Amino acid sequence: MGINNFLNFKTGKMSNYELMVIFTPVLSEDEFKAAQKKYETLVVENGGSVTHTKPWGLKSLAYPIAKKTTGLYWVMEYSAPTSFNEKLKIQLLRDESAMRHMFTVLDKYAVEYNDRKRSGVQHFSSEKAGV
Amino acid sequence: MAKANEIKYLTAIKADNRPKKYCRFKKMGIRYIDYKDADFLKKFLNEQGKLLPRRLTGNSLKFQRKVSEAVKKARQMAILPYVTDLLK
Repeated sequence: MGINNFLNFKTGKMSNYELMVIFTPVLSEDEFKAAQKKYETLVVENGGSVTHTKPWGLKSLAYPIAKKTTGLYWVMEYSAPTSFNEKLKIQLLRDESAMRHMFTVLDKYAVEYNDRKRSGVQHFSSEKAGV
Repeated sequence: MAKANEIKYLTAIKADNRPKKYCRFKKMGIRYIDYKDADFLKKFLNEQGKLLPRRLTGNSLKFQRKVSEAVKKARQMAILPYVTDLLK
């Protein structure tokens, strides 16, 4: 934790984030993996840590983006200094293969929810909260 | 013919007692609404993909706001459509 504290001191507050990226469907399997790897290392290099990543794979879009009807979805949960997201954003905008991306700030309930979902417990919202 | 309609009552007749609406998030203890869960969010949309009002869903203001944020995020990421027909 010593290093973490040092980084906090140096780079400011750490927060939990979730990044979702839609890559173009023309990427091959290897290119898709390489792109994921690239952003994961970028987080680590900037003093953050990746909690969890999940590639959804090819999924049809609700409406066409850049004349494509499908996209490769990828979700990454990470914690990083608050100043880091701007850097990551620049990289994503430069990246031709990333059609769209979105950052979400995770509050403590969101982190809890994600942990529970990952550990395999079906989130009860879908079951119990029927109309 | 019109006589049936002209009957006036001194006290208003009680309409059928429908169950009181409640906020399902408060009741079930759901604190976070996931924008990635399209099937769940669809419960708060009508056929055209528009958000249903609080008066129909019974959500508390706090959670209606969270629902609407989640839906808008899902729309941005093409998980839900902005406009459509026959969503369900």
